[in-house]
Amino acid sequence: MEEEILVEFNHFGFKYNAQAEPTLYDISLKIRKGEKILIAGPSGCGKSTIGSCLNGLIPFSFKGETTGSLKIKGKETGDMSIFELSKIVGTVLQDSDAQFVGMTAAEDIAFALENDCIETPELHERTERVAKTVGVSERLTHAPGELSGGQKQRVSIGGIMVDNVELYLFDEPLANLDPATGKQAIELIDEIKNETGAAVVIIEHRLEDVLWRDVDRIILMQEGRIIADLDPDTLLSTDLLRQAGVREPLYVTALKYAGVGIRPEIMPHSINSLALAPEETEKVREWFEHTPEAEQKKAEWPILSVRGLEFEYPNGVKAADNINTDIGKGTLIAIAGRNGAGKSTFAKLICGFETPQSGTITLFGKAGKSDLAKLSIKERADHIGYVMQNPNQMISQTMIFDEVAMGLRSRKASEDEIQVKVEKALKICGLYPFRNWPVSALSFGQKKRVTIASILVLDPEVLILDEPTAGQDFRHYTEIMEFLKQLNADGLTIIMITHDMHLMLEYATRSIVYCDGKIVGDDTGANILTDPELVEKASLKETSLFRLALMCGIETPRAFVQRFIDFDRAVRS
Amino acid sequence: MKKGFSVRTIVAIGIGAALFFVLARFVSVPSPVPNTNICTQYGLLAFMAAVFGPLAGLLIGFIGHWLTDLSAGWGVWWSWVIASGVFGLLTGIAAKKIDLDDGEFGKKELIRFNVAQAIAHIVSWIVVAPVLDILIYAEPVNKVFLQGTVAAAVNIVTTAIIGSLLCFAYAKAKPKKDSLKKEQ
Amino acid sequence: MINVFNYIDKDSPVHALTGASKCACMILWSVAAMMTFCTPYLILLTAFALLAFKLSKIKLKEVRVLLLFTLVFLFLNNVLIYLFSPEHGVELYSSRHEILHIAGRYNLTLEQGLYHLNVILKYTSTVPVIILFVATTNPSEFAASLNKLGVSYKVSYSVALALRYIPDTISEYHDISLAQQARGIEMSKKESLGKRLRAMSAILIPLIMSGMERIDTVANAMELRGFGKNRKRTWYMSRPFRAGDIAVIVLGIIMVAVSLAYTAYNGSRYWNPF
Repeated sequence: MEEEILVEFNHFGFKYNAQAEPTLYDISLKIRKGEKILIAGPSGCGKSTIGSCLNGLIPFSFKGETTGSLKIKGKETGDMSIFELSKIVGTVLQDSDAQFVGMTAAEDIAFALENDCIETPELHERTERVAKTVGVSERLTHAPGELSGGQKQRVSIGGIMVDNVELYLFDEPLANLDPATGKQAIELIDEIKNETGAAVVIIEHRLEDVLWRDVDRIILMQEGRIIADLDPDTLLSTDLLRQAGVREPLYVTALKYAGVGIRPEIMPHSINSLALAPEETEKVREWFEHTPEAEQKKAEWPILSVRGLEFEYPNGVKAADNINTDIGKGTLIAIAGRNGAGKSTFAKLICGFETPQSGTITLFGKAGKSDLAKLSIKERADHIGYVMQNPNQMISQTMIFDEVAMGLRSRKASEDEIQVKVEKALKICGLYPFRNWPVSALSFGQKKRVTIASILVLDPEVLILDEPTAGQDFRHYTEIMEFLKQLNADGLTIIMITHDMHLMLEYATRSIVYCDGKIVGDDTGANILTDPELVEKASLKETSLFRLALMCGIETPRAFVQRFIDFDRAVRS
Repeated sequence: MKKGFSVRTIVAIGIGAALFFVLARFVSVPSPVPNTNICTQYGLLAFMAAVFGPLAGLLIGFIGHWLTDLSAGWGVWWSWVIASGVFGLLTGIAAKKIDLDDGEFGKKELIRFNVAQAIAHIVSWIVVAPVLDILIYAEPVNKVFLQGTVAAAVNIVTTAIIGSLLCFAYAKAKPKKDSLKKEQ
Repeated sequence: MINVFNYIDKDSPVHALTGASKCACMILWSVAAMMTFCTPYLILLTAFALLAFKLSKIKLKEVRVLLLFTLVFLFLNNVLIYLFSPEHGVELYSSRHEILHIAGRYNLTLEQGLYHLNVILKYTSTVPVIILFVATTNPSEFAASLNKLGVSYKVSYSVALALRYIPDTISEYHDISLAQQARGIEMSKKESLGKRLRAMSAILIPLIMSGMERIDTVANAMELRGFGKNRKRTWYMSRPFRAGDIAVIVLGIIMVAVSLAYTAYNGSRYWNPF
């Protein structure tokens, strides 16, 4: 007998008014009560548009042309109001700051109830009950500024839970979270599903992280079409993910390199369920023994030297506690740790946005040795470029070319020189075809590249990037990182503040891990992410490759991780 | 009467007032005349009024200025709070024909916008604010009118620069239908 | 969080009042003081204001910055008035008692003195109340209060949104400003005015455009959770009126009534001893 069908797309298509081409083509998809579904695909594949169709933003808020039919609980969504839909489908948006409309956690959770005119005593009682389920009872009176990203997301989930919806829709729930918090979020989503019996739809391109808890089906999308609607084990046994540009779990890639055939029977959907036969583990061991370790480039001399750096915010948070480190010239460094651990502060101290209470930062740059404390923000900027996490906070010009040219114009470069340098930077960043577009027409990832280009034209010696790969799918991640790697190979020193474990593993020559204002780890990504104690302490996440190595009886799992990374990068580039 | 507000307008009023507040409290350009700063918030207000209409303009100006006064500590100077609201309202009415969401902000719109803001400034600071000052505080006529005239003049200039820039940036950022094609 | 509104959480009779009644009382109090020029009455209102301050357990040093602003503003305004119109009091009271001749048209008259005293009293009778309202009302309660006072819930929620996003906007402003300075945008006095305005626009445009983008996302988020569905809504932070709340509103109404009554009885807003 079939379970009750909650959502039914039938040859559904959609075209946004501003776009020339449709975003969705011929979508046919059923979602049943109690199902947990992952919609995956690269940026621009239409997965978020499907989300907007489910919660009613299409057609109520985003205008466009629809074809085919979309029924929710047997009713065409076009015939429903957005309020009627919001009682069935609850949405947790990617931007938890925008979703958080209340002044405090309690008010935000209560928001939907307030709109339903629930009287105060019941309002308080229901809010407190939900707060308990999502684990924010202790923080009900906190303002959004006093909550971490993970807590804000929990409040958002609470805010739709009070409505007893039948379908929870999560739009990129992992995008702004550190790895450990992301893992907890996936666990929480699973608990909600089991407790409420509601259907869950997760839109995300980070497949391995979502698969930390079982999902029933994965809908794989590419260029506006569904190219697969399969259970995880079957999907992972195909080559479709790679074709669509979605990253498969690292251990799956490793198994493929080792020549192990991926079949549904070995249950590849999770490293925990993976069942390998002895001859298969033997294959992995063999591959390990026959793969050479890549040569590690050693940094010759430091470009930045930090000694005894201390910094405390006015609210008493000690964000730099006796920091001593050298940043080698020409290295590519990742700085990791949970939000508020001090990694952003470190970057701000280098750029001069904050002034340390004590300690020194010395730059050994093209102009010789200089004490950074003596340089203004602008003077430091001649040597050290800073790219903010949110590109919208840097872009002030309407046209891409002008935005990239801005720094040069304020330095009074000639128009000819500007033309040459800007075009070069745009080409490097893959933006040349868009040079005459308004910036607003670009995707988030493209805007990010505009801001990188706008700093690169200034020719800095050190480039600091805050979360360079946040919100990027696998293809763009690879593109951006290969591009940074190239810049790095040409002599640029790069420091990245990141939550991205792949980035730490695959690109950083060295990773510095912060916790409570102190450096608690300083090693290669492979060594850090295979150190359970450090992983736990700094809210990181152990790599699945480590588990795979142990499973296959490899005695030096760290070396296995390193060799896989080197091999994989060579294959990809 | 309030039923006509869309959720988008409500949010625009809230966020507009927050921006007005931040600009009024933190963002002022030191002017060549000592001890006077150029208020940037009226450029924002004129722009928001042009995009979201007269009622939004009225409320952004009123709420934004009210909150600024409440937090700044000089008491609530009601006459000027009301004048800010009136400025938003009048600009919104006079700029009604400009459709920024359409992506059009050419010469004609630029002139229309600036005539609108200039009239609104003159009415707000040379009529509304001084008259209220006289009614409430019985302040000397010559003082309030001179203050108002200076404020109007300075505000017209800064609004012309900042407000026009914002309109221009906003309109240009709106992609026109089918205009998005890659060039090789 | 940046406490822009200087809310000071304490346990006092003033804190116990609902935001709605305090807001109503503050507005009525301001109206009463704005309408009248009866000096003794203004002195009485000032005394009441100071008494309320005492009751709130707010210490003077906790609001020092606010008071300092007020004093500077008050001083400047009085100086300006005198410079522009040294005989203003004489005109208002239609009499002239000169005490001291200073220079040119600048004299010191009793009438001018009384007028300045009135201007000062209009401040001292209302500013403490406003500071008190700000310092004893949880910003979360603002919106619920306005709605209770008859402002439509949608407009009330705009005020809540403004309060919600002010801290975010402040930190965003600082971040943007630093990042632009790091790109070589200079705003120091060394640059010409035109350059500085251009530099300012490099900060304002991203700030305001990201605000515009936020409007759409927040509006969607609110609509997805049913905002605007009904003709009214309830508030998590609203509290029931108690005797004290009724009392302060009545007090406010009496204050306005006294102002009106005095003007009607006296035939003018001015208390004229001359």
